[in-house]
Amino acid sequence: MKTKNIALAVVLGLVMSSGTLSAAGKKIVMEGSTTVLPIAQIAAEEFMKMNPEADITVRGGGSGVGAASLIDKSCDIANMSRAMKDTEVQKAVGRGVEPKAHVVAMDGIAVILNPSNPIKSFTRQQVKDIYTGKISNWSKLGGEDKKIVVVSRDSASGTYEAFGALALGGAKLRKDALMQASNQAVANTVGATPNGIGYVGLGYITDKVKAVPVAGVTISKTTVLTAKYPYSRPLFMYTNGAPQGDVKDFFDFLLSADGQKLVDEAGFVALKEKK
Amino acid sequence: MREKIYRWIFTILAFSSLVFLAGIIVVLFTEGLPIFKTTGFFNFIFGQSWYPTYEPPEFGILPIILASVMVTAGAMVVCVPLGVGSALFIHELASENVRSILKPVIEILSGIPSIVFGFFGMVIISPFIQKLLDLPTGLCGFTASLVLGIMAIPTICSLSEDALSYVPKSYREASLALGANRWQTLMQVVLPAAGSGISTSIILGMSRIAGETMTVLMVAGGSAVIPTSFFLPIRPMTSTIAAEMGEAVVGSNHYHALFAIGLILFLVTLVFNVIAELISRKYRMKLGLAQ
Repeated sequence: MKTKNIALAVVLGLVMSSGTLSAAGKKIVMEGSTTVLPIAQIAAEEFMKMNPEADITVRGGGSGVGAASLIDKSCDIANMSRAMKDTEVQKAVGRGVEPKAHVVAMDGIAVILNPSNPIKSFTRQQVKDIYTGKISNWSKLGGEDKKIVVVSRDSASGTYEAFGALALGGAKLRKDALMQASNQAVANTVGATPNGIGYVGLGYITDKVKAVPVAGVTISKTTVLTAKYPYSRPLFMYTNGAPQGDVKDFFDFLLSADGQKLVDEAGFVALKEKK
Repeated sequence: MREKIYRWIFTILAFSSLVFLAGIIVVLFTEGLPIFKTTGFFNFIFGQSWYPTYEPPEFGILPIILASVMVTAGAMVVCVPLGVGSALFIHELASENVRSILKPVIEILSGIPSIVFGFFGMVIISPFIQKLLDLPTGLCGFTASLVLGIMAIPTICSLSEDALSYVPKSYREASLALGANRWQTLMQVVLPAAGSGISTSIILGMSRIAGETMTVLMVAGGSAVIPTSFFLPIRPMTSTIAAEMGEAVVGSNHYHALFAIGLILFLVTLVFNVIAELISRKYRMKLGLAQ
């Protein structure tokens, strides 16, 4: 009987402790947004090449997961495609964590159509009307008499929240929108759906879809950086207090010209445009 | 002494899955129940709007429950005739050679990972259906039902075939000796005798379909509207959890709501499995197979 109890305790102990293994020593753990993931990954690889003794682990999961693990102190850097919410900040402060935001790159959200669609441009109001359900047929916008297939990211993603804030002004998304679990899936769906419309991060525009100018501005690195393009957003990395030690070195690298070149390579917009 | 050690080791191993099950149940209840307090049981189950990230949020899962019901029903229409039909063919008509090829091939189908089915459905079946039926999009309840139905065929086929083979030879011989032909024997003696085994296989197939996640996430479209047609995008319970859990703020109402959906799903599949177990127990007794 005793043996069994001990074994049970061991099993339970393992199950429980796996969640709280914290980053000790020089190991840096980054966790969070899948949007920021490519930047984090490529920057971590380069940083470890330059500092062989550094050990960085990068995990996805989503902005919410990143915030939660920063609050739990199970990561050193939380990658987030949105700013931390008040509730999250309050929770962090309650646990003695002081979230500090670092903007590491800019991202633009492109409105994409199937290349066969004749529509050439949108106003901000039109995008909003399509996504809130006021417009459901392309003929209202001068297109063919076909039902609009509205494609969106799932309602918990950072991209969805950013789009909801930037494009919809907080209005509710139409209920019959197709929800896709990743930027890539949105691009694929719009590419395969002649009457589809979707939105994706700047890095996900492929040749199977076309990005349409909004309010007369075509999405590009320049228009996103200058915020001329209406749906531009910063990407964040959060730390507990001011970064120190290896974490500070990492940020110094990521925000340097070399680091920002990696941001550019990952398909996002570097904070300083290089000529 | 050595024997005693082995005994303990295997006892612990056998009970470990009970520990995991208990852990899962405890977590589902403790993390899922808070939403019933904040939203109210009625508003949660019968609410028609799923806006988990808005201010104020809305957690109505009726469209999501109905989508699961619809896609499961649709998949049953596909997999029951195909699964039971193939079992009958393999057991009654196929020659030894055909059977030795067909059975393993159908079982290979069950080993294909669900993401591969999802990918297949998304890239090939969905565009095909969209063009064929001239739909706005091929990512809809119909496509999801079709792919899920195909996925459940092996479960139903191999369990039904087992049920058929459990029917004692004497039943068949008695019927044939009385002058019944093969068809009459099959329809009036073998099928009724294997009936509860076949029902078990169908219920287990249903439970697999209801719990399938990756495929519906990729193929069903994912609109949280009350489904009014098989040809519109829908969003079943499993894909809601899969799509949103990663981004839900831990401990928030949204997080609890997703756990509550998991709890409902768990209870539904539990009921399915208990029914299947009860039927199969009764059936084994009827055929005198109980020990």
